Amino acid sequence: MAAYARPADLSEALAILASPRPPLILAGGTDYYPARVGKPLNDDLLDITAIPDLRGIQDAANHWRIGATVTWGEIAAAELPPLFDGLRQAAREVGGAQVQNAGTLAGNLCNASPAADGAPMLMAMDARLELQSKGGRREMPLAQFISGNRRTQLQPGELVTAILVPKPAYQGRSVFLKLGARRYLVISIAMVGVMLDVADGIVQQAGLAIGACSAAAKRLPELEQALVGHKLAPALAQRVLPEHFASLSPIDDIRADAAYRRDSAMILTRRAIAALAIQKT
Amino acid sequence: MRIVVNGKAHTYEGPGGKRLADLLRDDLGLIGTKIGCNAGDCGACTVLMDGKQVCACLTPVAQAEGKPVVTVEGLEAHGTLSRLQRAFLAHGAAQCGICTPGMLVAATDLLAAKSRPSRQEVMDALGGVLCRCTGYQKIVEAVLAASRTLPLPEAPPQGEAVGARAAKVDGLAKLRGHERYGADTIPADAIWLRILRAPHHRASFTVGDTAPLLQKYPGLVRVLTAADVPFNGYGIYPHIKDQPVLADGIVRYRGEAVLALVGSRDAVEAVREEDLPLAYLPEDPIHGVKAAIAADKLVQADKPGNMLLEGGVIRGDADGMFSQCAAFSEGHFQTAFVEHAYIEPEAGWARRVGDRIEIHATTQTPYMDRDEVANLMRMAPDLIRIVPTACGGGFGGKLDLSVQPLLAVATWLLNRPVACIYTRPESMAASTKRHPATVTVKFGSDAEGHLQAVRTHADFDTGAYASWGPTVANRVPVHATGPYFVPHVHNWGRAFFTNAPPAGAFRGFGVPQAAIAHECMMDDLAKQLGLDRLEIRRRNALRVGQTTATGQLLEHSAGLPACLDALAERWQEWQDAADGFNAKPAARRKSVKRGVGIGCMWYGIGNTSLSNPSTMRVSLRADGRFMLYNGALDIGQGSNTIMMQIVADAVGAPMALFDLIAGDTDRTADAGKTSASRQTFVSGRAAQEAGLDLRRQILRLANAAEDARIHVADGALHIGENAAMRVIRLADLPRLNEDGDLLLGEGRFDPPTTMPDENGQGIPYATYAFAAQIALVEVDVELGKVRVLKMAAAHDVGRAINPQQVEGQIHGGIAQGLGLALMEEYLPGRTENLHDYLIPTVGDMPEIEVMLIEDAEPLGPYGAKGVGEPGLVPTAPAILGGIRHAVGVRVTEVPILPHRLRKAIMAQSQAKEAQPA
Repeated sequence: MAAYARPADLSEALAILASPRPPLILAGGTDYYPARVGKPLNDDLLDITAIPDLRGIQDAANHWRIGATVTWGEIAAAELPPLFDGLRQAAREVGGAQVQNAGTLAGNLCNASPAADGAPMLMAMDARLELQSKGGRREMPLAQFISGNRRTQLQPGELVTAILVPKPAYQGRSVFLKLGARRYLVISIAMVGVMLDVADGIVQQAGLAIGACSAAAKRLPELEQALVGHKLAPALAQRVLPEHFASLSPIDDIRADAAYRRDSAMILTRRAIAALAIQKT
Repeated sequence: MRIVVNGKAHTYEGPGGKRLADLLRDDLGLIGTKIGCNAGDCGACTVLMDGKQVCACLTPVAQAEGKPVVTVEGLEAHGTLSRLQRAFLAHGAAQCGICTPGMLVAATDLLAAKSRPSRQEVMDALGGVLCRCTGYQKIVEAVLAASRTLPLPEAPPQGEAVGARAAKVDGLAKLRGHERYGADTIPADAIWLRILRAPHHRASFTVGDTAPLLQKYPGLVRVLTAADVPFNGYGIYPHIKDQPVLADGIVRYRGEAVLALVGSRDAVEAVREEDLPLAYLPEDPIHGVKAAIAADKLVQADKPGNMLLEGGVIRGDADGMFSQCAAFSEGHFQTAFVEHAYIEPEAGWARRVGDRIEIHATTQTPYMDRDEVANLMRMAPDLIRIVPTACGGGFGGKLDLSVQPLLAVATWLLNRPVACIYTRPESMAASTKRHPATVTVKFGSDAEGHLQAVRTHADFDTGAYASWGPTVANRVPVHATGPYFVPHVHNWGRAFFTNAPPAGAFRGFGVPQAAIAHECMMDDLAKQLGLDRLEIRRRNALRVGQTTATGQLLEHSAGLPACLDALAERWQEWQDAADGFNAKPAARRKSVKRGVGIGCMWYGIGNTSLSNPSTMRVSLRADGRFMLYNGALDIGQGSNTIMMQIVADAVGAPMALFDLIAGDTDRTADAGKTSASRQTFVSGRAAQEAGLDLRRQILRLANAAEDARIHVADGALHIGENAAMRVIRLADLPRLNEDGDLLLGEGRFDPPTTMPDENGQGIPYATYAFAAQIALVEVDVELGKVRVLKMAAAHDVGRAINPQQVEGQIHGGIAQGLGLALMEEYLPGRTENLHDYLIPTVGDMPEIEVMLIEDAEPLGPYGAKGVGEPGLVPTAPAILGGIRHAVGVRVTEVPILPHRLRKAIMAQSQAKEAQPA
């Protein structure tokens, strides 16, 4: 019989994870169960949803701390500044309301699907992950944490305990756009998260990442640089050029072909920037 | 662990990771929570946890501790339906009912937060629940209406049942979560059967010694192989029993059954595939018709050229006529495999009762199941009893056998009740699909747009086994002209075997594929001749007095011109609106364009050229109520209600006095299959005859006049009125049987058809449904995405026995047609789940306006024809026409996924640029 632990204490959870045969970590279950359709449920599991330390969203001076068990639904409903508009949009695009009510942002990142809805926006926001193990605590940028298709830098014994989102220096705003072949319950063909930090109408800092067009969501630093120093206006979208997307490595699959993915990423990016410009005015 | 469900506390001591859905269903008996996928893709298992909707299939039981759970069974307060449940009943929001619990729970979550939600909020709340029947429109309307307490609908009064928007007679059970589907009646002492399926498209294989497997897994009772099946071949046609129950050394498609494990549920589920004594030798598969024709290998050894059959309809001299046509157009069209995606996976159980076998399973066709299982078991048909459960959607996919044969074999050999539930991937891999079609067409007309000649060649990929392939290949040539008068016709259809899932019956039997071709031709001709697209269809619409391509004179009920007239106003209005929208700078800025398209169809009701009789019986019982013995299976489309409406008016008694027994082959007569839009027309006519027969018997008791009033009250029949009233005490009438039947009426109807001659000439169908639909679509030019904004559907149904249900059928057909056009493509081995295989959600559906034309068919009950399939057929053509109107792309391949449309838009703009100015 498989073991199921649901500790109410973080140190207990970390102790369980430190065992020689650590259990699988379970939060919302929205990735675990679909992978086991028609198969026996015989994994040892560590359910982290009863741990108070992993809940809630906190304003922590120079950053926001999103607990590891915060669900998409909680993000969508939370009172957060416009910096989080894009993340809220992503939250409403994940699965249906049922999955949004159970699935967690941290779980979405740990599952590390190329089409993870949370990855591009959080990456664009320069999010870092707080990782804890019995041995200690460390932080790692999200862009580094997701190292490939369903691969992460999570070490045995480690648990993602929070997502840390730095506060921008000025007026950070964000937009997330997702392209799928239907409304609701859809896996992305391409998506973009754009965060612009704006002062006096000028882009001071830009974060921009594309999802579902590479093994993992990918930042586009050259495009980000091309936006900095310019006025946030609809015309800014014209600075988005095909060559900015050269670093993507989209694939042909059942949902779309690679060329379309690359084009769509550019079109979504232009639209996201235009949307931010229109919002501002 | 303490789990509170619907206000009641339960103690649970099992594994914390067990799915909450399994706890609810298996441990607590709350079968109202349905399992459609176990993967969070369909939402059928939606429950409230701490007031929020979640998928019970994704929720570990441990997380429900301290968080009260509410299931569909908990929505009633003290036995009273909630406002939402009442609204669902009043609006006809449930069809098959398998998604209904999930829909109700999801909407309850919303309504608790917001009593008067907007349409958008309703869609956001229901976006995670898939429905394959309703097209979502009546569900959304019901949720929007749930802020008021609607009265419970009453059954229509005496003599007014036909034509009434009567609530479903089985509606309450579906709304309360009490309806029992294939997975819901399994007895506790059943052992389980798990089918092992081939992972290769084509292979040979050997089965080794099964003893080590049985040894390794205690609780495993038996391993079934092909040798255990008395006659290992089945198929729809009496002379083609080509599909094995268990493959015998040869795999012809991925997902084919090769072994079956029987034992305790835990034991059969625990068996790992690598422990099976199976050795495969994979071979290169034959995929697609082109490969099947070219291949030197065969799919079935005795089918040369991999051909199943060919046939057609030839009238006049089509090729000779084209040279005389003022305008003609040609095209080549391609469609994909399409999955039925009923939300209820195949399920059931069987037991041996003496020397008989009793099978309880989800099906569309109890009598065919009975005869087929009898043939497989080498037993007489009356030794097999089929007790159909409620059917959670079929659409043609549950016309073929699924769990029944192996359940029969296992229960016969082991003499214990045996159960089987397909997983979602198994359901998708194993079951039949819509035939992929390649359709090559040529249409020619005179200068006024009157069609002169049509030539069609359609090739169908029928997969590994025949299934309903012959039906598709025969039906399409009859319909491939479209619903138009054409004097010269050469329509040919062929079907080929490939190493793909068997293509079988799917709503429309090939006609939706052909309609994409013929409607594109009509648009082409209109464009060439400068005619309005609706006008060219009106000029050609088949009318009473005209002859079809098979030489059949239409004598009655050909209402396509009236359908087109009904749409004319919307057609103009929407085109003006689209033009106005496209002219605005905002449309250009957002790179969206709107367009309007039109599709027409006709559809022969019932089997093609073959006898397809129905027999119905209705009794008067000692308790003063009537009993309809109804062999016509309701798969959600509403035939239980339709039959009751018809029989009540035929007898002349109020519908509220009628009960029914449905489908049980021991208790009803054979009413054929629920397919080919035939139940209202064929079984409905039989029900009418049965009712009239019973009425005559009642009147004879009193020597009353034909129009005498019948009234049942106080244990007596009151016949006639006033002074002429005769009172006959029911207690004085002899009982016919133990059920208490006193009088039994019977009716039989077989629509008159003839066998075709060598040119396909004859009367393939006794009557035809006609329809026209228009669509307003919006295309995102840069992304190739299509949104259907509005549709209007005008259908000649002969007579709408229940207009609410007719609307529901049309809405649901439109949803499936939209899927066919825009997103549905089944790829064996790659889209065997409901997140890679996409069907429309509530957010994809347009607003639909239904217009009913009632051009009575004298053969039908009270003039009715059928409407099950017609809503689907012209939908894709209307949407594709809208895309073409919007962005100029002539779509020849579906589904037109975003990347395909984007590519076509770019190719077209490049072609334009390349043209000299």
